[in-house]
Amino acid sequence: MKRLLLLAAAALALAAANAPGAATPVSDAAILGDSFPQTLGAFGFFADGAAQKPAPGVVPYRLNTPLWSDGAEKLRFLYLPPGTKALARGEGLLDLPVGAALIKTFAFPVNGKRTLIETRVLLHRASGWVALPYRWNEAQTEARLVLAGDRVTLTIQGGQVIDYAVPNKNQCKECHALSGVVTPIGPKARNLSATWLGTLQRAGKLDAVPAVAQRVPVWEEREKAPLALAARGYLEANCAHCHNPQGSASNSGLDLRWEQDDAYRYGVMKRPVAAGRGAGTFEFDVVPGEPAHSILPYRMGSTEGGIAMPELGRSVIDLAGSDIVTRWIAAMKR
Amino acid sequence: MRMPEKNIAAAGALVLAAFSTFASARTIAVAAGDGAQARLQEALIAAQPGDTVQLGAGRYMLDDGLSLDVDNVTVRGAGMEATVLDFSRQKGAGEGLLVTSDDVTLRDFAVEDAHGDGIKSKGADRIVYRRVRVTWTGGAKETNGAYGIYPVESTGVLIDGAMVRGASDAGIYVGQSRDITVRHSLAMGNVAGIEIENSRNALVTANTVTGNTGGILVFDLPGLPVMGGGNTVIEKNLVIANDTPNFAPKGNIVAGVPRGTGVMIMANDGVLIEGNTLEDNPTAQVMVVAYPKPFEDKRYNPFPRNVTVGANAVSGGGNDPQLPGAAELKGAFGGALPPVLWDGLGKPGEALSVTGSLPGLSLNLPAQGASPELARPALLKADAPVRKVDRKTVGAPAALEARIAR
Repeated sequence: MKRLLLLAAAALALAAANAPGAATPVSDAAILGDSFPQTLGAFGFFADGAAQKPAPGVVPYRLNTPLWSDGAEKLRFLYLPPGTKALARGEGLLDLPVGAALIKTFAFPVNGKRTLIETRVLLHRASGWVALPYRWNEAQTEARLVLAGDRVTLTIQGGQVIDYAVPNKNQCKECHALSGVVTPIGPKARNLSATWLGTLQRAGKLDAVPAVAQRVPVWEEREKAPLALAARGYLEANCAHCHNPQGSASNSGLDLRWEQDDAYRYGVMKRPVAAGRGAGTFEFDVVPGEPAHSILPYRMGSTEGGIAMPELGRSVIDLAGSDIVTRWIAAMKR
Repeated sequence: MRMPEKNIAAAGALVLAAFSTFASARTIAVAAGDGAQARLQEALIAAQPGDTVQLGAGRYMLDDGLSLDVDNVTVRGAGMEATVLDFSRQKGAGEGLLVTSDDVTLRDFAVEDAHGDGIKSKGADRIVYRRVRVTWTGGAKETNGAYGIYPVESTGVLIDGAMVRGASDAGIYVGQSRDITVRHSLAMGNVAGIEIENSRNALVTANTVTGNTGGILVFDLPGLPVMGGGNTVIEKNLVIANDTPNFAPKGNIVAGVPRGTGVMIMANDGVLIEGNTLEDNPTAQVMVVAYPKPFEDKRYNPFPRNVTVGANAVSGGGNDPQLPGAAELKGAFGGALPPVLWDGLGKPGEALSVTGSLPGLSLNLPAQGASPELARPALLKADAPVRKVDRKTVGAPAALEARIAR
C-alpha cells in the first residue's frame, strides 16, 4: 500500500512539473552555485518541509533494498531541472544531469510522531557532485547546514537510547566516493521498481526503461526471495558503497557489489587484510556453513568503534540485516 | 602564529582565520576546550589548499573521528607532547584522523587511544608525517586499535620523527604504496613495530624499534588490489629486544609473528637488510619466509626473492625461539639459534643471500604451506649473489624532504 502511495505521489509530482506553464519553485541557482546554502529551505525542494511534501518537479522514490541507518525512516527524492532527463545506464546508476539533486530525509518517531532529524542532499554541480548534511530544528520548520556533523540523542523503537550521528561533509564523501570523487551511491536501476522507472520515462524525465536481468529483492518481501539474493541485496545496499574496487574500502580487497560473482572477492574463504581487531578471533570473511566463525556477521553484530561495520551511520545492530546474512552463510555449501 | 586562547574566547569565535604573510595561504587556529570536535572538524573542512590548521597546545577531547579531504593542507600542533587529540571517548568512525587528500603535512601533535586506527591516510599521495605521536595509553592490549600511522594506497610517503606505542597490529604500517621513507622514528610496544606491506621502493632507516613482538616486517600478501612488494632497504636501524608476547587478535596476519623477531621478510622481491644493530631478539634477528597459508590468487608469488642480508651489528638473540622443536634446536646450537633464520623456501641462489659473516639456519621446509613440524633444520648456505635493490628508486620523493626543512 505504501509503495502504491509513493508511486502515485511520484506520478503526481511529475505531472505537476510537466503541466503547461508549471514552474518549479526549486532554486537551480542554489543547486548549481559555488556556495553551501546555510538552510535546506534555500533549495525549495519542499512545498511543505515538515510534512515532507515535495515541491512540483521533485519526485519521491524508494529503493527495493535500502541502506539501514539505525532504523531511521528515509524519505528519498529526485530533482531534475526543467528540460533535462536522466539517462539509463544498464542495470547500474542512473546518469543524472548537471543541476540534478538527490534528497534524503532521515526521520524517527518521537512520542508516536514522525520527527525529522536530518536531510542530506547530493547536488550535481558543473564541478562535480557535492554532498551536504542539514539538521532539522525542533520546531521542524527549517534544517540548517551542519558541515561538521552532529550527534543527536534519540530514543528508538524498543526504548533504546542511541547517539545518532549526523555525518560531516567529509564523512558524506567516505561513502559517496569512487576513486576519491564524490559520486552518488544510487539510485541504481536494479534497486528500483520497473513501475517507478516507467513512470519517470513516460513523464519524459528518463530516456529509456533499462532492462534488468535480476532485480534486488524488495526488503519487506525478502522472505519470498531466494536467500542468497536477499542477502546479496542487503550487502549491495549496506556495504558495497565502500567495499568495491574504487570505494573507500578498496584496500581491503573485499567487493560486496551485487554484480561481483567471484565468491572469493565477496568474502568466501578470504582472509582479512588490515581488519585489526575487527577480525575478532576469525580467519576468514565468510566460512561457508559457519556464520559463527565468519568475520562479516561478527562485525555486523558489534557496535564498538574499530569493530563495527559499517563504520558510519550505525550505532545499533541491524538485527534483520544480520539475520539474513547469517542465514545466507549458514546455508552455503561447505 | 598561534592566537592567544583568551582572544579566541573574547571574540566568541570558535575558529579563527587569520591571513599570514603569504597572501594565498591562511592559518586557521584551533584551540583545545569545549566543542573541540566541531571546531576542529569545521577547520579541516573549511581549509583551502595552502592553508595551515594550527592546533594550540592542550588536550582535545574528541567524540568522533576527524577527517581531512583538502589537498595541500598542513595540520600542525604545538608539539607531540603539547597537543594531544584524545579519542578515548570516541563514539564512531574507524580511525582517529582520516586523510583522503594529496600533499598533506601532519606534524607536531599526538593521537591517543583511538578506537580503531590512529591516523589513516588512504589514496593520499605525497603525505608527510613529521614528529607525530600515536599512543594507546593502557599498554599492550588486544583491544587497542590496529595501526598507529597507516598510509595506504599512496605514492610518496615520508614518516619522520614519529613515535608509536601500543598498536595491536603495526605501529607504523605502510600498505599498498610506493616511494616511501620511514626514518628517525620510535616504534615500541606494538605487535609489529614497522610494517611495509605490498609496497615498493621503501627506505626504512635510522629508526629505533624495541619492545614489540616483531621489529620490522616486510610482507607481501595475496588477494589485495596492489601486490608485488619489494625493492626495499632496511638499514641503520636499532632493532633491539623485541620480546613482547604477541597480543594481536587471532585472525590477523601478524598474529602469526613469533615473539622475538627482529626483521622479518615474507615473500617480496628485492629487500636489503644492512647496517642495522640487531640485538637480543629472542627468536631470530632476521627471519626470511614464504607466505605460509593456502591462496588462490594466480598473480601472487609467495616466495622471497632477491633478499640480501648484508653486514649488520649483531649481538645476543635466538635464545628463546618461538618455534616447534625449539629446545632441541637450541641444544644443537649451544643454547641460542644463529641470527638468520630462513624457512628454506624459494629458489636456491635467488631467494636469499647472506653476506657478511652472519651464520644462519634453514628449516628446509619441503613446500610452501608445509607445517613447521616438517622442518629438517640445517646450517644455512646462502652465499650466491642475488639481484641488488635499485637504490636510486628507493625512498620518498625529495620534494617531501623540502617540506619539513622549513
